Amino acid sequence: MGASSHASTAGKYYVPESSIWPLVGSLSLLLLAFGAVGTMNKLNWGWWVLAAGTAVLLYMLFGWFGDVIKESEARLYGKNVDTSFRWSMSWFIFSEVMFFAAFFGALGFARLHSVPDLSSIDAKLLWPNFAGTWPTTGPYIDSPFTPMGAWGIPAINTLLLLLSGVWLTLSHHALIANNRSKAIFWLAVTILFGVVFLALQVYEYIHAYRDLNLKLTSGIFGSTFFMLTGFHGFHVTVGAIMLAVVLVRLMRGHFTAQNHFAFEAAAWYWHFVDVVWLGLFVVVYLL
Amino acid sequence: MASVPQDHSHGHDHSHDHDHHPTSWTRFFTTTNHKDIGTMYMWFSFVMFISGGIMALGIRAELFQPGLQVVRPELFNQLTTLHGIVMIFGAIMPAFVGFANWMLPLQLGAPDMAFARMNNWSFWLLPPAAILLIGSFFVPGGAAAGGWTLYPPLSIQAGMGMDMMIFAVHIMGASSIMGSINIITTILNLRAPGMTLMKMPMFAWTWLITAFLLIATMPVLAGAVTMLLTDRHFGTTFFNAAGGGDPVMFQHIFWFFGHPEVYIIALPAFGVVSQIIPAFSRKPLFGYASMVYATASIAILSFIVWAHHMYTTGLPAAGQLYFMYATMLIAVPTAAKIFNWLATMWKGSITLETPMLFCLGFLFLFTMGGFTGLVLSLTPVDIQLHDTYYVVAHFHYVMVAGALFSAFAAVYYWGPKWTGWMYEEKLGKIHFWWSLIAFNVTFFPQHFLGLAGMPRRIPDYNLQFANWNMVSSVGAFAFGIAQIFFIWIVIRMIRGKSGIRAAAKPWDGAEGLEWTVPSPAPYHTFETPPVVK
Repeated sequence: MGASSHASTAGKYYVPESSIWPLVGSLSLLLLAFGAVGTMNKLNWGWWVLAAGTAVLLYMLFGWFGDVIKESEARLYGKNVDTSFRWSMSWFIFSEVMFFAAFFGALGFARLHSVPDLSSIDAKLLWPNFAGTWPTTGPYIDSPFTPMGAWGIPAINTLLLLLSGVWLTLSHHALIANNRSKAIFWLAVTILFGVVFLALQVYEYIHAYRDLNLKLTSGIFGSTFFMLTGFHGFHVTVGAIMLAVVLVRLMRGHFTAQNHFAFEAAAWYWHFVDVVWLGLFVVVYLL
Repeated sequence: MASVPQDHSHGHDHSHDHDHHPTSWTRFFTTTNHKDIGTMYMWFSFVMFISGGIMALGIRAELFQPGLQVVRPELFNQLTTLHGIVMIFGAIMPAFVGFANWMLPLQLGAPDMAFARMNNWSFWLLPPAAILLIGSFFVPGGAAAGGWTLYPPLSIQAGMGMDMMIFAVHIMGASSIMGSINIITTILNLRAPGMTLMKMPMFAWTWLITAFLLIATMPVLAGAVTMLLTDRHFGTTFFNAAGGGDPVMFQHIFWFFGHPEVYIIALPAFGVVSQIIPAFSRKPLFGYASMVYATASIAILSFIVWAHHMYTTGLPAAGQLYFMYATMLIAVPTAAKIFNWLATMWKGSITLETPMLFCLGFLFLFTMGGFTGLVLSLTPVDIQLHDTYYVVAHFHYVMVAGALFSAFAAVYYWGPKWTGWMYEEKLGKIHFWWSLIAFNVTFFPQHFLGLAGMPRRIPDYNLQFANWNMVSSVGAFAFGIAQIFFIWIVIRMIRGKSGIRAAAKPWDGAEGLEWTVPSPAPYHTFETPPVVK
């Protein structure tokens, strides 16, 4: 934070005025939950409620983040608030790590324990022909598939994400050096790489369903494969949206060389998503 | 305990600042004030406490006599399931988050929580979750009925009430994670100058560690119920052996969350007790540093003992031995805490006001719950006692006499700070003795029932269990009425029926910054931080 910009607020911690957005956000989650329950149970009103919830959620996101950006640009956030943001983003990313840990744990448990166990001597009476090799649909699902190879699209995607991290760092350095146009260029390239990654993921999913007979219903392999890659893909999408917002703000002249935590937070998130992908590439595709 | 200077003149920070708070009807919907939000948390908690209590009384009414009299077995299962979830996520956790919201900024000398707007969202996510939970009783198929642990395959076969449960868990998890990030950031970044970490009140320490536990485990629970959801609706087979999955895998993931959850509930209770016992013993807390280290040790150990909930699932013997010894290890830091509290009281000039009474009740009964926990940690014993009423008795000694009693203690201890009025001491004492006796009448016989082999979560039982079940049911209704009495006491306190205005520091032995501001605490406090020496 610029030292001069908040001289008048020095020592004071910014506490926002009352706000309607939390309540709007809660309403949207209530609608989304009921909408999801409705659609999953094939009730007619489900999709309508889901759509309404999404609309309210978007309204809340624009409104709430709009307020935060206005406050930030009005230099209401002092150094203390900046420190709070850093702590909170770190802990948020830690919570995401633990979220992924649940799914990685499920994959590990299935491969190391439940699949071998189902082919053990104890289960021979039930499923005498189950070999317990990986990949597998499990002993009872008879729908053979071809697993996704690692060295085609997944390897290209690994390269794309790793490079995007490099471009993002170039952009950050340009911003610190006060070279705005260069920062905008490299950030745009970062987002482009992210979008190409997502497009290739979509293509890979179509390929899996159409050509490989690899589906969400393909037993434990399909379950863990699509859960991990799908959940990661969702995070890439969120990260790309965050970077896109930062890009628009950069183009509008927001941020200074010293004061750009939104950029850094989005960058932390993007690197986190990269690292998760590396883990994914190893345990889902390679091993 | 920090040597907090007591010479802060009252109104040091707010002498120029009139106590103006918004008066419009939207105040509580849009507020960013930690005191408003703390108050809402507490009222929400009490409403859920009564809801969960009514479910419990439905259970006890059915178990009053053998045979089926009051509720159908399906409804009985829904009641046991929702009673657990509602009490844990709706009553106990929000109560302590409410205390944290009210007291942490006051104890740390902060102007508010670090993220005041997000703070309000953490609260307002809870009513939608409550609507999903309570509403699920009224959908086709009824509420989730497989037990609060949501084990597959029952949870996969259940009706749409289970979907509502899953989304409620997601929403409550989001609320907990945001609340915890807020609490950690407030503690790490908003302490007054001079308040080093090792000078913080114990309540702040226990919440710092609890918030860490929440951030580490809530996402894991969210992952587990997400896999339940896809198994239910999208054809995945995470928990289905036919597809190579394993229902026991759910138990591992669930208890990786579930065991730290026990300490998420217990640690803030320890924090409250660590504030109150020194205040009424008129001595500083004995072994402050060891209390901090014991709390951290408990938190770390809580991550590596989860499978002691799963001794009967066919774990290998080596695994059973490991989890048995690791679980017993938790008794060490817990005992350190108990002995520190006892040593704090040693040669203190003790008075027995209601908060202290509840803390002594806590100390006695929580220790008993700890001992039965030690009994249950023994694998060969647990294999006999698993899913019996012995387990029910054990965790109610920890959850009710542990967490709930310390929550009562907190309300009596800090209530004068919140309301500006003292409660009526005589009524408080009646509430304590009534609760203490009714609690033991309810739950002590359940040890006998469990040892004799009565299974939990079953609406009917053999005749030999009849006597103690009748006693237990009578106790449960008495306990329920005591809590109506409690809210009556609280409402009388709010209305100032005692006629005694609370001083800024109504307890002469109490220490901490919260007692340097007037009672009731002004709407805005510590807008410029105090200096702690």
